[in-house]
Amino acid sequence: MTDQTASQTETAAPRAPLSERFGKWVPYLLVPVFLILGYLLIGSGPTWATLTLAGLAMGMMIFVMASGLTLVFGLMDILNFGHGAFISIGAFVGATVLLSAGGWTGADSVLLNLGAVLPAMLAAMMVAGGLGYVFERVIVRPVYGAHLKQILVTMGGLIVAEELIRLIWGPDAIPLPRPEAFTGAWIFGMVAIEKYRVYSVILGLIIFLALLWVLGRTRTGLLIRAGVENGEMVEALGYRIRLIFILVFVAGSALAGLGGVMWGLYEQIITAQMGLDVLVLVFIVVIIGGLGSVHGCFIGALLVGLLANYTGYLMPKLALGSNILLMVAVLMWRPQGLLPINKQ
Amino acid sequence: MLNALLSGDLPRSRGLTLILLAILVGLAFAPFLFPGTRSLNTAATICVFIVLVASYDLLLGYTGVVSFAHTMFYGIGAYGVAIMLELWPASWGGILLGSLAGLAVSIALAFVIALFSLRVRAIFFAMVTLAVSSAFMILASQLSGLTGGEDGLSYRVPRELGPAFKLIDTEILGVKVDGRLLNYYLVFLASAGLVLLLLRFVNAPFGRVLQAIRENTFRAEAIGYRTVIYRTIAVCLSAGVASLAGSLMAIWLKYTGPDTTLSLTIMIDILLMLVIGGMGSIYGAVLGATLFILARNYLQNLMDIGASALGDLPLLPALIDPDRWLLWLGVLFILSVYFFPSGIVGRLRAGR
Repeated sequence: MTDQTASQTETAAPRAPLSERFGKWVPYLLVPVFLILGYLLIGSGPTWATLTLAGLAMGMMIFVMASGLTLVFGLMDILNFGHGAFISIGAFVGATVLLSAGGWTGADSVLLNLGAVLPAMLAAMMVAGGLGYVFERVIVRPVYGAHLKQILVTMGGLIVAEELIRLIWGPDAIPLPRPEAFTGAWIFGMVAIEKYRVYSVILGLIIFLALLWVLGRTRTGLLIRAGVENGEMVEALGYRIRLIFILVFVAGSALAGLGGVMWGLYEQIITAQMGLDVLVLVFIVVIIGGLGSVHGCFIGALLVGLLANYTGYLMPKLALGSNILLMVAVLMWRPQGLLPINKQ
Repeated sequence: MLNALLSGDLPRSRGLTLILLAILVGLAFAPFLFPGTRSLNTAATICVFIVLVASYDLLLGYTGVVSFAHTMFYGIGAYGVAIMLELWPASWGGILLGSLAGLAVSIALAFVIALFSLRVRAIFFAMVTLAVSSAFMILASQLSGLTGGEDGLSYRVPRELGPAFKLIDTEILGVKVDGRLLNYYLVFLASAGLVLLLLRFVNAPFGRVLQAIRENTFRAEAIGYRTVIYRTIAVCLSAGVASLAGSLMAIWLKYTGPDTTLSLTIMIDILLMLVIGGMGSIYGAVLGATLFILARNYLQNLMDIGASALGDLPLLPALIDPDRWLLWLGVLFILSVYFFPSGIVGRLRAGR
């Protein structure tokens, strides 16, 4: 009897890891599959290239905003609806800096333009990060562990933050022209490549790689990953997990602020409720990727960006619901999202 | 008799009883106590929102599920009636068919959403409903052939519900007994019936199970209740009642548009009304909706006077500008979630 079971497990053993290993890579393969499918359906190289770039740029921006949210959820089990507030605040602070830079944004010099954009982004990150700190201390801390209250309280925080924006910057939408060096496109034969989209993709990639490096190669990252899997154990080993919480919350808020500036420059107009609007996309991405997973969030963001642009061209009527359909499909296939994290 | 009507859930506090009685009397005799189009409109809006908020309470207060799609179901009910009355103007059949169609669509949609999101984790529900309802809102404004797009639909209700219809020629207490009065009482009676129905649901064993799930999902499951099924039923029920509230609003306003039914602003209003009034008690919804709408219609005037009285001071006038009243409500909302999770009703009941 024992022999039999032993031999059975032996024969079954080599098979299981293979499918497991394959299964692990399937979500990563979705992005190339989307690219190929998009090319086949669109059928025209230049159009496909333009749409793909637009999709990647949109995806990267959403990723920048969503990464903080997913990490905060993974580490602290907090669903932060107030994340939208950081996006809006970031955009408004960035816009204030950019608009006050006056001539620098209009100048036909890359250096001067960067001199306006970089401080704008830094200011947005600092203010959003600082706000995140206050938010964590005042609003989120008293309700750790209670999901219902968290959702309500962070939603309340979002309402108050939106109203504060209207109080400070006025109730109207603010147009936000891109600096000279970021407008226009490079033209290669038939393909027009919009400059701003290229820059967004590059910046998004840098942030993704930096996040991976921090999470995978540094001691802080190790602690964060350990905290995601089992916070109590990290605490028992003598690390102050509260400090890690705050660090991640502030960093996530700062990234949301940066994403807000990028999104504002992309749409070229900012409103107080833009945070809530974008938050919808961010949630879809986070659900698709699997709550708490940075890799999943990245893949989800790219899929959402690509799908939105492809369907916008192929079937404009369907474009609105495409993200919802994608989310439903993913949840049917993998109820925990593409790359769920294993919580202990 | 009263006990049976209220399903055994008496107010249990003298202050609360008085306030509820005042609301009931105020709404029941609104056309006579507060004559005028504007105040009648306010009263009808209060009736509809009491139902809407009470149905939301079934989810948030009793089951502990946060939904952001409640206005979607409200809108489906409203658009059902609007579209049917557009097809068959001024017909009772249109009203009936529209309400039923809206009800069916709402429940079906709620069922699908609940199946997808509650199956995995209850907190998915908040995010999924936010995404679905915002997509629905865009959809409603895009399908302008059916829904009238951003402009919405204006239509005619049956003659018996319009001001041109006279039931009796004499005036009662100086108020003309016309179709508009009938329309108001239709809204009022239907709302009262729906609220009593909800009271019945939450005080039945079914409601107790929902509360058990809210308090401790794991334990409820361990006792042997299929929490997913109960949650799904609660979601469908509340969607159905919300849809009926939407139909009532459509009959009253004779206009349905995205701003009056689907917008996220209304969703946030519902959330504020319920939390400030008191979650986990239908009376909280009654109180919250009444206070909120009265405040929105009349307090803002006060704020306006205050803002202009403060005149040239820096910042202060801007802070109490009537457009910024949501700021203060938001602060009140956060404070009540922390300190009075059971809202005004909870305070009144505790302090009797």
